[in-house]
Amino acid sequence: MLDAKIPAGGPLDQKWTWYKGHCNLVNPANKRKLEVIVIGTGLAGASAAASLGELGYKVKAFCFQDSPRRAHSIAAQGGINAAKNYQNDGDSVFRLFYDTIKGGDYRAREGNVHRLAEVSGNIIDQCVAQGVPFAREYGGLLSNRSFGGTQVQRTFYAAGQTGQQLLIGAYQSLERQIALGNVKMYSRHEMLEIVMIDGKARGIIARDLVTGKLERHFGHAVLLCSGGYGNVFYLSTNAMGSNVTAAWKAHKRGAYFANPCFTQIHPTCIPVSGDHQSKLTLMSESLRNDGRIWVPKKKDDTRKPADIPEDERDYYLERRYPAFGNLVPRDVASRAAKERCDAGYGVGTSKQAVYLDFAAAIQRYGEIEVGKHGLANVSPEEIIKLGKAVVKEKYGNLFDMYEKITGENPYETPMRIYPAIHYTMGGLWVDYELMTTVPGLYCLGEANFSDHGANRLGASALMQGLADGYFVIPYTIGNYLSKDIATRSIPTDHPAFQQAEKEVADRINQLMNIKGSKTVESFHKRLGKIMWDKCGMARNAKGLQEAITEIQQLKKEFWSDVRIPGAIEEMNPELDKANRVADFLELGELMCIDALNRNESCGGHFREESQTEDGEAKRDDQNFQYVAAWEFKGDHQWEMHKEDLIFEVAKPTQRSYK
Amino acid sequence: MEHYNMNLTLKVWRQKSRNDEGAFETYEVKDISSEMSFLEMFDVLNERLIAEGKDPIAFDHDCREGICGMCSMYINGRPHGPWTANTTCQLHMRAYKDGDTITVEPWRAKAFPVVKDLVVDRTSFDRIVQAGGYISVNTGNAQDANNILIPKDEADLSFANAACIGCGACVAACKNSSAMLFLSAKVSHLALLPQGGPERKSRAINMVAQMDKEGFGACTNTGACEAVCPKEISITNIARLNYEYQRAGYTAETE
Amino acid sequence: MKWSELFTSSIGKKLVMAFTGIFLILFLIVHVGINACIFADVFDPTDNGEIFNRAAHFMAATIVIRIAEVGLFAGIILHIVQGYMLSAQNQSRRGKGYAVAMGNKGSKWYSRSMGLLGTLILMFLILHVSQFWWDSRIAHNLEPAAYDASQHDLFARMIEVFQNPVMVVLYIIACISLAYHLMHGFQSSFRTIGVHNNKYLKMIKGIGYGFAIIVPIIFALMPIACYFGWVAID
Repeated sequence: MLDAKIPAGGPLDQKWTWYKGHCNLVNPANKRKLEVIVIGTGLAGASAAASLGELGYKVKAFCFQDSPRRAHSIAAQGGINAAKNYQNDGDSVFRLFYDTIKGGDYRAREGNVHRLAEVSGNIIDQCVAQGVPFAREYGGLLSNRSFGGTQVQRTFYAAGQTGQQLLIGAYQSLERQIALGNVKMYSRHEMLEIVMIDGKARGIIARDLVTGKLERHFGHAVLLCSGGYGNVFYLSTNAMGSNVTAAWKAHKRGAYFANPCFTQIHPTCIPVSGDHQSKLTLMSESLRNDGRIWVPKKKDDTRKPADIPEDERDYYLERRYPAFGNLVPRDVASRAAKERCDAGYGVGTSKQAVYLDFAAAIQRYGEIEVGKHGLANVSPEEIIKLGKAVVKEKYGNLFDMYEKITGENPYETPMRIYPAIHYTMGGLWVDYELMTTVPGLYCLGEANFSDHGANRLGASALMQGLADGYFVIPYTIGNYLSKDIATRSIPTDHPAFQQAEKEVADRINQLMNIKGSKTVESFHKRLGKIMWDKCGMARNAKGLQEAITEIQQLKKEFWSDVRIPGAIEEMNPELDKANRVADFLELGELMCIDALNRNESCGGHFREESQTEDGEAKRDDQNFQYVAAWEFKGDHQWEMHKEDLIFEVAKPTQRSYK
Repeated sequence: MEHYNMNLTLKVWRQKSRNDEGAFETYEVKDISSEMSFLEMFDVLNERLIAEGKDPIAFDHDCREGICGMCSMYINGRPHGPWTANTTCQLHMRAYKDGDTITVEPWRAKAFPVVKDLVVDRTSFDRIVQAGGYISVNTGNAQDANNILIPKDEADLSFANAACIGCGACVAACKNSSAMLFLSAKVSHLALLPQGGPERKSRAINMVAQMDKEGFGACTNTGACEAVCPKEISITNIARLNYEYQRAGYTAETE
Repeated sequence: MKWSELFTSSIGKKLVMAFTGIFLILFLIVHVGINACIFADVFDPTDNGEIFNRAAHFMAATIVIRIAEVGLFAGIILHIVQGYMLSAQNQSRRGKGYAVAMGNKGSKWYSRSMGLLGTLILMFLILHVSQFWWDSRIAHNLEPAAYDASQHDLFARMIEVFQNPVMVVLYIIACISLAYHLMHGFQSSFRTIGVHNNKYLKMIKGIGYGFAIIVPIIFALMPIACYFGWVAID
C-alpha cells in the first residue's frame, strides 16, 4: 500500500497550513550549495525554476524547444480557475475543491486537491503582479467567466490565450533568474536518463539536440515538469514535440506510473481531414455555450447542412441530456459524438464529425441587438448581420482559426467538430510533497497524476501547473533538501553517471544501427491508431487485450525495422523522435494494461462492460476506489500498487447530467 | 470547400550546420492535398527523403496551432508565407495551385544564425528579455489581484502587445534585421501596466542596449514587420518604445 | 545612462536622424516661403523679382540668420553622415541575403530607399549650393548694409540658370526625390522622437503627405516658371 504522506495535523482544510508550519527549512547559506534540476519549462517547470531560483537554490532548467517560452502550456485557450469569489456568487475554496473532486469522478486525492484550491487565489495575485494582462471590466477590476460545467464564475482569462499569458509571466520570472545567475538554462536539450546514486535521484543525462552530444548534470534533486503524454495517440491537440520520455525514464528507474489510462478527450476539435494529418486543433470549450451540436436524423445524409430542414436534425445532446444539453462535461459530450458517428450519422467526407451550429445563436444575438438599440422594421438579413457581429466579438479569433484550417466560413455553415485527445490525467505517482517513489525525484504539473482524478475540469490545468511550481514545491523541496545539506556536489565522473551515460549512448547506437525500412513516423501513426481504436473513447476487455499484443508486436518491429537517417552527433530530429516513440511504445502497453485492470467506467475512462442501461458510465467504488500505481519490473512486466482513496469530506455520488 | 491535389516544385535552403556554406536544393512533390498544412507538405517530403536514404529537411515547429512561435520559414519572399496574420504552421496548401514553385529560406539575420537547414538560433530574443523584460516580483510577494485597478482599455492594449509569440518574423522581414517590433511589444506590454512602473526606465534602457549588443539593426519605420506579424502587433509600439527610451534617457539620473 | 550613450545606441542614432530631419523640414518651410516670392512677378510683372531679392538680402544680411545657417550646415552634414553610417550598419545586419526579395510585400519602396533618395538629394545639393549659395554668400560676399538691387540680383541668377533645360530637368528630378524622401521621412521622424498616440500619428501622416507633395511641387515650379518665362525680368 502506497503512503501519500498526507499531513496528520488537523482536518482537511488545515493540513496545508499545518504542513507549512512544520516542514523543515533550509537556511539561505545552504540553499546556495544545493543544486536542483528542472526538466521542462511549461507552467509547472518555469514557475518552479523561477521560484526556486528566487529562494537561492542553484537551478538548472532544461527544455527541448529553442526557448523556454515555447512549452505547450502556451496553447491553453480558455482560462484559469481560482476561488476568489470576486463575483459574490457563492464561490469558496471548499466549492472549488468539491467541484474538482466531483469533476474528477472521485478518483483524485482529497489532500492535494484541497491544497490546490487553497493556493488558487495566490496564483492570480502572483500573475497580476508579474504583469499578466487578464481581461478586465470597465471599472478596472478583473473579469471572470464560467467554464466547463461549474455553477460559479471563477475563471480568469486573457482573451483566448490565457495559457500564453500565464506562461509568458512565468517565463519572464525565469529569464530574470537566469539574468541574476540563479538559473542556468539549457534549451534544445532533452533529458534521456535519471542518474541514481545510493537510491536517490542525483542527476540526469541530457542530449544537446544541436550537437547530439550527451551531457551529465548533477542535482541534489530532480524535478520533472515535462507535461502530458497525449501524443501516444499520435493525433492529439498536444504539440508535435510533447513526449513522455522524461517521465518514462524516471518510471523505468523506479518511479511508479499512476492511472495511465486516464486520458481526456476534448469534444470540440477540428476533425481529421486526411492521412497526412499531423495534429489536431482544439476549438475552445467556450463555443459550446452558444453553439448547438447536431447530426442529420437520416443515415449517410449527404445534403449540405443548410439543405437539411430543422425537423430532420438530431440535436442529440439536447435530446439525451435535457438538463445540461450542449454543456455536458467533456467526457460525456465526446462519447455521445462517437456514438452518433459510429452509428452512421456522422457528417463531412470522413463521416467522423458532427455539426456545431451557430445559426440559432446568431439569430438570438441579432434579436437582442435589435431590442437593445430600439430598432424598428429590421429585415431578417439585418438581424443576422447584427447577430454575426456579436458572435465575431465573442469568438472571432476561433472562427478565423477554423476558417484558416478548413477553408470554410463558420458564420455561414456549421463547424464540423470531432473529439480528440487533449490532456492526460494520469502520470507519475507523487505523494503530498510531489515526490515520486524515487527519493529526490519530484513530478509537477500535467506530468504527475494527483489532482484531476479521472477527468479534468476546464480551466484547472493551468491552475495546477502554477500551484505546483509557485506555491507547493518551494515548501516541500526544502523538507527533503534540509536533510541533504551535508551532501556536496557529486562530480559527474562518478561511476553512476558514467554508467547511465553509457546506457543512453548504447541505446542511441542501437537505434541508429537498426537501419531498417520504415520511418519513425509510420510506427508512431500505427501506435496511435491502435491506441485510438482500442484504448480511446470507449474501451473493452477484448479490444484492450488485442491492443496489448499488437503494441508488443509493433515494439518488436520498431526495434528491428526502424530507419533513422543522419548521424548521432548532429542535429537530427528523426533521432529525437525515435527516442520518444520508443518510449510511447512502452507506455501504450501500460495504458492498455491499466485500462484493462480498471473494469469500471469513470471520468474519461469508459469501459463498455460498465455502463447503465441507457449507455451512461457506471463507476464501481466498491472495487476501484484507488489509484493504480504501476511499478516497472522489466520488459512488458509491471506490478500494480494501490493507493486507496479516502473521501472524508467529499462523499462520492454518481454523476448525472440528465 | 472544394479540395484538389497539386504537384509543386520546392526550392529549399539546405545547410548541414552553422558553419556550412549551404545551397538551395530543388524537390518535386506530387499529389499534395489542398487540405494539408504547409508543414504537413514538408512531412510528406521528409518521409520520402528518408525512404530514399536522404537527409530530411530540418525545420522548427511545435504546437502547429499558431501560438508557440517556433515555426519560422521565409516562403516566396515573405516570412510565414502569403497569408496575413498567420504563422507557417497555419498556412494551408489551398494557398497554392498545381505547378507552383515555392522557395523556402530560413530567417536571415546575423543575430539569428542558421543552425541547420531552415532552423535558426533565436536565443538572442531570450537574452533581450533577460536584460529587463520582466517585473521583479518574487513568488509570494504579491498583493491581492484586485488592489490595483487597471482601466480596461489600457489592460487590453497591454494584452495586444503581450500577444507577441517571439517568432522573429519581424526581424526576418525588416530590411535592417531590426528587432524593434519584438522589443517594443515587450516594453509596451509592461510599460502600460502600473505593475511595470518601477522598472520602466531601466527596462527600456537595458533591453535596447542588449538588442544592440546582439547585432540587430536600427528601425527605419518601413512597416514590413507589422505587415508580417502573425499577432498583428502594431508598429505604433515602436514609437512608444522610442518615447520610453527617451523618457528614460533624459530623466534617469544614474549613468 | 550617459548622454553619449543615449545618442549612439540604435535608437539614439535614429534620434539624431529625426531631430536633424525635423530641423531640415523647418528649413524647407523657410526656404520655400522665401523662394516663392519669385512668383510675385506672375501677378505683378513689374516686380521683376524685387520682393524675392529683398527677402534674400534679408536672409543674407541678418547676423542671426547667418549664425543659424552654420547650424543648418551642421545639421545637413550630421544628417548625411549619420544617414550613411546607419544605412551601412543596417545593411550589415542581415548577413547572407534572401534569394527571393520581400520587395513591396509590406512596405513602400521609398521607405526602404531613403539612402538612395538621400544620395540623389545630396548630389543635387552640391550642384544647388554651388549655383546659388556660393555665388550669393561667398563669391559676392554681400555686406549686411542696406538693400541694393544692383549689388547682387539673385533673381536674375535664377532666370539665368533655368534657361538651361538640363538644369530644369535635374531640379525636377531632385524635387521628386525630395518628395519621396519626405513622404517617409516626415512621419518617420515623428515616430522616432516618440509620438505614439495613434490619433496624432494619423494627423502627422496626413500633414506629412501634404508637406511631401506641396513643398516639392512649389520648388519644382520655380525652374519651370523661369524656363517658360512665367517669371522674368522685363
